[in-house]
Amino acid sequence: MKQHDFEEQHGDTWQRIEQALQKPAEGNNSRVLAEHYMLLCQHLAIAKERLYDASLVERLNNLVLALYRELYRYRSETRLNFYAFFRRDFPLAIYRHRYFILLSLLVFLLPGLIIGGWTYFDDEAVYSVLDAAQVRQVERMYDPEAGKIGREREADTDIFMFGFYIKNNISVAFRCFAGGLVAGIGTLLVLFFNGMFIGSVAGHLTRLDYVDTFYPFVVGHGSFELTAIVFSGAAGLRLGYAIIDPGLYSRLESLRQAGREVVPMLYGIVLMLVIAAFIEAFWSSSTLLSNEIKYSVGAVLWALVLLYALSGRRYGSR
Amino acid sequence: MLDTRYRVEIPGGINLDAQVVGPIPRTFAFAIDLAIRGVFIFILSLASLPFGSAGLGGGFFLIFLFAIEWLYPVLFEVFWRGQTPGKKAMGISVINDDLTPVTFGTSLVRNLLRTVDFLPLFYLVGLATMLSNRRFQRLGDLAAGTLVISVRETTRARPLQEIEPLAPSTSLLRTEQTSIIDFLQRSPQLSQPRQHELAKILEGITHEKGQNGVEQLHRIGAWFLGVR
Repeated sequence: MKQHDFEEQHGDTWQRIEQALQKPAEGNNSRVLAEHYMLLCQHLAIAKERLYDASLVERLNNLVLALYRELYRYRSETRLNFYAFFRRDFPLAIYRHRYFILLSLLVFLLPGLIIGGWTYFDDEAVYSVLDAAQVRQVERMYDPEAGKIGREREADTDIFMFGFYIKNNISVAFRCFAGGLVAGIGTLLVLFFNGMFIGSVAGHLTRLDYVDTFYPFVVGHGSFELTAIVFSGAAGLRLGYAIIDPGLYSRLESLRQAGREVVPMLYGIVLMLVIAAFIEAFWSSSTLLSNEIKYSVGAVLWALVLLYALSGRRYGSR
Repeated sequence: MLDTRYRVEIPGGINLDAQVVGPIPRTFAFAIDLAIRGVFIFILSLASLPFGSAGLGGGFFLIFLFAIEWLYPVLFEVFWRGQTPGKKAMGISVINDDLTPVTFGTSLVRNLLRTVDFLPLFYLVGLATMLSNRRFQRLGDLAAGTLVISVRETTRARPLQEIEPLAPSTSLLRTEQTSIIDFLQRSPQLSQPRQHELAKILEGITHEKGQNGVEQLHRIGAWFLGVR
């Protein structure tokens, strides 16, 4: 059959399918889609086999591609199944990242503890980590004389602080993750400096005896926030490790696999940081609640987060 | 060789081709998106002012800022067939490297890793990576397993009704016939001197020069297509 006749014969069908693809809402149920897809695959194969000209092959090729994309839009992956994620995917991802989490925790915690100890025993030490303006700001935030704790004076509502924590903390976590692509170095730096910052603030405030304002404030949201930062470090290190030691795969393929594996961690990190921001803005900063309540709730939250993080151990044999 | 064709065998039992897209259209797409985001941020900052910059308005503004910075590309790519407004304007689209649509996971990974592609300035790392592999993937694309392909409509050749078919004077191989047909179909994309130049090669068949030679080839092409 000559190409001209082939086009005459099927042109209307192609046009109809092209039009149907423009408005995917109507008539694109999966059965019709599959029929169109198989028909067009056949037409494309014929056109190629008979050496029909490039523009026709290209048109059919693009049509098959569009149908193919439409057909695979409805895979289960694209639907976010929250229950399965909460119950299975996230704990499993945590379990699979356990060594990276451990490393991430070490890089975050050790500098924090060392600098924290140093700033606690040495009055000048804090100035080698933070500049004077930062120190003043932190002192002001947790000054027991201040009306509201844990925030800037200008920021007068909880909603503002909620937005601030969302933007700030999740951006830090994302950058911490992305830094992993540079063979893990970026991630290590973010973890190290954040650990140092938090450690120095904690040490310095403890030295000033702001204990009753600082610790009740951080204990609640710290459970979600610090854990999520460690997780984002682990996800970043997973990427970095895929490049450093690809094992049996090429570096590219290894990176690609790591890129797929860290996805549940990323979802989890975002969720945890949103929860943390919520607690930090609306609970931690409250001056009405007594410190005993804050400590007990904090302890419960920490226990919940840690138990949940460990719940992936049931996948131990995989 | 510079070939932007990316080929995947799909379950339909055939090889599907896609055209990967290089840095220049992608840069334009990014610039358009950047402008759109800028306008959005400007409008939102004005809209949130009456609600207090350190209060309710400021809080929501920061959340929007976060969403526009990190989620804008992800949401558009997942729910709008792989296209942000900028990509749509440039006729390009993000797709998984098996030519299935991007999912939340792959889009999230490629867009979060943008941070690294941006380093040290103006996407230098991303550009260098794009130019160092055949599929123009930046680092984020490599880690996520995604590609940027062209989805622009192809330009169709001049309508065949205008052309009076002409039987060639000699018999030609099937592949030779196909090249003449391709010449006909592609001629709208070729400059006139280039058309003359190509037609000159086949003067032995057409026995015509210049525009007449081109016309002759179009008529033979129409004949091979089956127009009678």
